[in-house]
Amino acid sequence: MKKWLEPLSNAWEGIKTHKLRSSLTILGIVIGVAAVIALMSIGRGVSAQILSQIESMGSDVITIYPGSVAERGIAGAGGSAVTLTLEDAEAISEQVPYVTAVAPYSSANQQLIVGGENVHAQVIGVTPEYQDANNLDISAGAFISQYDYERGTKVAVLSSDIADTLFSGIDPLGQQLRMGNNIVRVTGVLESKGRSMFGSTDDTVLIPLSTLQQTISQPRTATGGHVVSSIAVIVSDEAQMDTVVTETTNLLRTRHDLATGDDDDFSVFSMEELLSTVTEVTGTMTLFLGAIAAISLLVGGIGVMNIMLVSVVERTREIGIRKALGARERDIWGQFLTESAFLSFTGGLIGVAVGWGVSKLISGVGIMGEMTTVVSADIVILALVVSVGIGLLSGFLPARRAAQLNPIEALRYE
Amino acid sequence: MIRLQDITKVYPMGKRDLEVLRGVSLYIRQGEMVAIMGHSGSGKTTMLNLMGCLDIPTSGIYYLDGREVSRLNRGELAQVRAKKIGFIFQTYNLLPQLSALANVELGMRYAGGIETERAVAALARVGLSDRAKHKPSELSGGEQQRVAIARALVKNPPLILADEPTGNLDSHTGEEIMAILTTIHNEQKNTLVMITHEADIARHCQRIIHFKDGQVEAEEKL
Repeated sequence: MKKWLEPLSNAWEGIKTHKLRSSLTILGIVIGVAAVIALMSIGRGVSAQILSQIESMGSDVITIYPGSVAERGIAGAGGSAVTLTLEDAEAISEQVPYVTAVAPYSSANQQLIVGGENVHAQVIGVTPEYQDANNLDISAGAFISQYDYERGTKVAVLSSDIADTLFSGIDPLGQQLRMGNNIVRVTGVLESKGRSMFGSTDDTVLIPLSTLQQTISQPRTATGGHVVSSIAVIVSDEAQMDTVVTETTNLLRTRHDLATGDDDDFSVFSMEELLSTVTEVTGTMTLFLGAIAAISLLVGGIGVMNIMLVSVVERTREIGIRKALGARERDIWGQFLTESAFLSFTGGLIGVAVGWGVSKLISGVGIMGEMTTVVSADIVILALVVSVGIGLLSGFLPARRAAQLNPIEALRYE
Repeated sequence: MIRLQDITKVYPMGKRDLEVLRGVSLYIRQGEMVAIMGHSGSGKTTMLNLMGCLDIPTSGIYYLDGREVSRLNRGELAQVRAKKIGFIFQTYNLLPQLSALANVELGMRYAGGIETERAVAALARVGLSDRAKHKPSELSGGEQQRVAIARALVKNPPLILADEPTGNLDSHTGEEIMAILTTIHNEQKNTLVMITHEADIARHCQRIIHFKDGQVEAEEKL
């Protein structure tokens, strides 16, 4: 027998002798490792899913929202609040570098009526750039064109849900629908994007921004600007995101006559910022899940220690015999450490397999929606290393006890 | 082979110390076969433990095979046991989970490494070739003691120590065991020291040392 294999086969003998006890000990480690693998892979899966959703919304987009009117607990007088305007959007488009397009938009709730069907929907007044800013795809017809926007034509692009509700069974293209007091013609239908945790675009109706301002609501600021609800800015170079954010902020502060030291009356929000925040949050969540699982791994490790202590007592005589045959303390150390590391490594291996199976099952059965769990090599290696480490750690005390036994007393032990 | 000079062993027992050996001096030649007899409490088992390097004396000097071993630390004592001493116990002390062959191999485990051919040969010498795969629980007492003898002899140590090797066996089997021990001793010329209660068994040896109250009471040459 190869010399380095000998301790392993010794450990195997020891484990084989007490099959039930060894399997129960291994089970503790199996559950711990499987829990770590499964929970970590769920955590990774959730973050991957959230990140891909964010990316699908366009990571090259900066969105500007009007500031809160009641900042610092003092409500500003109605109408005096300076909000975002169409003119702000035009200024950004002309003066800020690295900007591909600017898409200001405004929304209002309207009742939509077609024949006997009747539905309330969010109507968003948009410019043609809105399509790129939101990664929207058209399933039929066309998006709102520059011509529509300039002329304020009464056309509408329906989201898939609205189209289904109002025109079930009929091709909606070219059909007319009543929107409040106006009649608009359907010129396009959006591809469904599905629901994400950031809301759905599937129950909205898009019309030209100019049309919205002329027919539905036309609020103006004190200085006569056309108010919009937000402005999306598409950045040409993602590396210049920060520059664009800074430039836009400076420009808007100037335009809104804010003195140095005043708070912004708007907020600039970049996807990249959201991305890093979300990454941080999901990372913390994954760690948290891992920590919970690690506790069960710890309990498993204590189980190994328990069994090894019992095993040392039970094998006192064997230790005495081995010592009489010339075993040194480090031989006995080696024997018990190998055995406990072997136990927990076996548990770790089985645990990885079980954890992997569980996480496949979760993504396969779809308990967590369409999430696919991610079992990555680093978690597997970590779990195995940790389980061996726990084995060595929990074998330490029993092994020391065994190694320090007095051979004469150990031989006399019944 | 063995030279003991004024060996004492004292065990601290609460307020009063227990003096188990009180000045034992002994000389055992290379290749000699010696029996130690004495009542329980006479110190003969303690003597054997000291000779076997399982313990060190409180005072006195012990030379084993030309080397002073009375002041070694635990690790060094283990090395001496591994290389120079083979033990045979009254209760055989085989590992129950191992086969007869694996038990014999264990005798070499800490003495440089296992050589299966030598273990097989050692089993053959005690007449148990056909029992190599059996566990101790499947063997009779006599067979178990033969496995233990094979384990002690497999590394061919210069000194073999036996603590009542026939104590758990009926007289017929005991005679068999003694026959095996004597034969092997005559061939290999190891030094053999054994403790026994039975005069019949002691008569196989060349010299009998009687212990009483921690001292050598008498010696008889046979």
